[in-house]
Amino acid sequence: MFNLFNRHKNGIRLHRVRGSVHPDPRKQATAAQAIQQMEPPALLRIPLQQHIGAPATPIVRRGDRVLKGQVIGVSQGPVSAPVHASSSGTIKAIGKYHAPHPSGLPVLTITLEVDGQEQWGELAGCDDPFNLEPDQIGELIAAAGIVGMGGATFPSAVKLGLRNRYPLHTLIVNGAECEPFLTCDDRLMRERAADIVDGIRIAMHGLQVETALVAIEKNKPEALAAMITASAIDPRIRVIPVPVRYPMGSEKHLVLALTGRETPARALTAEMGFLGHNVATLYAIQRAVRHGEPLMSRVVTVSGGAIRNPANLEVPIGSPVKQLLEFCGGLRDTRSRLLAGGPMMGQPLPTDKAPVVKGSSGILALTEAEMARKPTMPCIRCGKCVEACPCGLLPLQMAAHARAGDLQGAADLGLTDCVSCGACSYVCPAHIPLVQYFNYAKGALTEEQRSKHRQEETRRLIAAREARMEKLAAAKREAMARRKAEIAAKKAADQARQRQHQQSGDVTDKQQVTAEQAESEDVVSQQVGT
Amino acid sequence: MSNTPPVAGPYSHSVNSISRTMFLLMAALLPATLFGIYQFGWPALFIWLLAVASAVVAEAFCLHLAGKPQRPFLSDGSALVTGWLLAATLPPWAPWWIAVTGSVFAIVVGKHIFGGLGQNLFNPAMAARVMLLISFPLQMTTWVDPRPFLSAGAVDFVTALSITFGDGFQIDAMSSASLMGHVKTELDRSLPLGEIMAESYHPWSLVSGTMAGSLAETSALLILLGGIGLILLRVISWTIPLAMLATLALLAVGFNLLDPDRYAGPIFHLFSGATVLGAFFIATDPVTSPSTVRGQLLFGAGCGLLVFVIRTWAGYPEGMAFAVLLMNAVTPLIDHYIRPRIMGRTRRGDPLAYPPA
Repeated sequence: MFNLFNRHKNGIRLHRVRGSVHPDPRKQATAAQAIQQMEPPALLRIPLQQHIGAPATPIVRRGDRVLKGQVIGVSQGPVSAPVHASSSGTIKAIGKYHAPHPSGLPVLTITLEVDGQEQWGELAGCDDPFNLEPDQIGELIAAAGIVGMGGATFPSAVKLGLRNRYPLHTLIVNGAECEPFLTCDDRLMRERAADIVDGIRIAMHGLQVETALVAIEKNKPEALAAMITASAIDPRIRVIPVPVRYPMGSEKHLVLALTGRETPARALTAEMGFLGHNVATLYAIQRAVRHGEPLMSRVVTVSGGAIRNPANLEVPIGSPVKQLLEFCGGLRDTRSRLLAGGPMMGQPLPTDKAPVVKGSSGILALTEAEMARKPTMPCIRCGKCVEACPCGLLPLQMAAHARAGDLQGAADLGLTDCVSCGACSYVCPAHIPLVQYFNYAKGALTEEQRSKHRQEETRRLIAAREARMEKLAAAKREAMARRKAEIAAKKAADQARQRQHQQSGDVTDKQQVTAEQAESEDVVSQQVGT
Repeated sequence: MSNTPPVAGPYSHSVNSISRTMFLLMAALLPATLFGIYQFGWPALFIWLLAVASAVVAEAFCLHLAGKPQRPFLSDGSALVTGWLLAATLPPWAPWWIAVTGSVFAIVVGKHIFGGLGQNLFNPAMAARVMLLISFPLQMTTWVDPRPFLSAGAVDFVTALSITFGDGFQIDAMSSASLMGHVKTELDRSLPLGEIMAESYHPWSLVSGTMAGSLAETSALLILLGGIGLILLRVISWTIPLAMLATLALLAVGFNLLDPDRYAGPIFHLFSGATVLGAFFIATDPVTSPSTVRGQLLFGAGCGLLVFVIRTWAGYPEGMAFAVLLMNAVTPLIDHYIRPRIMGRTRRGDPLAYPPA
């Protein structure tokens, strides 16, 4: 609970957001560590899917020599992003390789043997991006393969294109970095504030919005100061200190805290005119538009109690996690857990062979003590999860329904409004893995709906086919009846004529009529048979 | 690095745990309990020990029957708390079997028949107290005046053994009425309240607890101290105690103004009997109270109202246990109907209209 309305000197009044928790930030290990460059390792493993949407398609072959920044995979479909060579060298393989995903399932990955020359491909920078058409900015961002670098990895160009659908007016710049341990955005803001502000202005031009609100948690005074100084060149940009709470960085919650506007359920903040971008994404946008550099490196916080020398590293995309760990002096505790991202919403890494991808904000090796795991006990209904939930849900009741397999019951309680932030699990005194139940239930519910949809579609098709067949059959029956009626009429007419002929005693005529009749009956039976 | 077996996120956790909650609760109960034992001597200590020990034994037995692991459930401290809370509300010189029957009933019937920790509908300690009160009214309403250790009236160890384990004590010789019981009886004799109070009502002894009463209920001050500590440590929330005490106080003020000769004032209601213990330690039991803030406010207000009604118009001088049990029974209903508003939705659950009207 952001207890009181905080008044900021810029005149921005922060609005109350319910729930949320205050995990120990634990950022001190890396907050003072300047960003260090890590040289590309001998082999880079560049997955073709590092974003939400369709995976990129490889356009290089084994043995090809590629230059740094060269496109090696092109985007597929409306929601996708290309991937680029993070260094110069030779393509060694294109095949399945370990992915930074908890499933441990391999994904299509391009293996690049680095030649160490760091030979750049042709870069087309732009001296005056503000003279470009907004759509051209979008094209440059799309070509650079930029995705949401806070972890969501949604293709940024697609997000930029939302301006054609919704009346956008404000760019929300997310520098909250509310996950414990992570300091990559903090360092980026401290060291490259001017470039980020340039990126903000480029994005504002690309979005055609007139306001940018930069939200930074109050525990980053240096980053705040740097961003306030750097943004002085543009009065449309306001830097706002926000309380240190988790999940401050959730887009809908950030919009609510900054503006008091609550996004309707199932809607996008863009529908209310707000579009959010992470500071690292805006930095990447600046590099791409000003210098023509695609997204092929990022700042990663390597931290956790099991890391000897925690650091903030700027690493080429595709560097194996193992290389980062070695750069930081290795692990001091072999029983530690390896994570990609922060401890609240990060995912376990199945292996240290997995590469750093565009969305890897942190690589953490946490000790048992840091994770504070305890055996799960029964729920004592204390309501701490209700208090903590930033979405106003009843985690304890939802979990009970999910656990009993009652997905509909969980959905009725608002399962689909859960953002999986994990605040409930964090505070639960019984150590119940609440958010895991919700993620499971969401997956099962989606699957159920999908199969229901499939069944309905099949049923609809069958019904349509039956109707079609019925219509055909009816048409046939009708045709046959008509035909029969015609024949009968003809017969009647013939008989009438015959009777007339009989009176005149002609026999040959009668034989002819019988033959004609047989022929016409054949035609009818043929029609029915088709 | 060991990432098998995979474990669910988040990979960070608050220091909170069930055992921490329970042990902090006991720590908060300790001052009032120690004071009670000091005041009422060895028998009080025996009753407290018996209640706590038999609760733990009953818990172990039930866990064994249910095939549940003993260690995590015994070490969570929930059985200790149940036994302790029951002991706190017992007459300090009650016979041993009152404590044992009560604790066993609390754990077996109050808790494990419903399915154990977290499953019970009623507060186990209060269910046991009500059972005892109805079944053994004499033993449950026989009080003694404080006889602190080292004072002239203090009982020695051997006498104490005979009080708790023997034939009981000479009721006529040593017993005394609790303030609530006394007021009730005298009111029933149609004496005006002012007259009754004049002889027996000493606000300071009510607050400090130097008077006849239950084992750890007498010192409103020490219990309040523990309760406020629990709120500050966020073990319990402020909602139920505040709603309950405020409702009770408002009702007392209102009726006292209406007819001071029949209705006692707020100080009497707030600091006598089980009010403070009930508000901070019993009604706040997480398992049997609602889980939303508004639900808790309603629950607390309901408890306060019922306490006042029972004390004022019903046959028993004290109504805390009944009030809490009655409100426990409506907790599922409260939790069903009172839910927080989901972000982005109206109270009815529809998505917010955009632009907001």
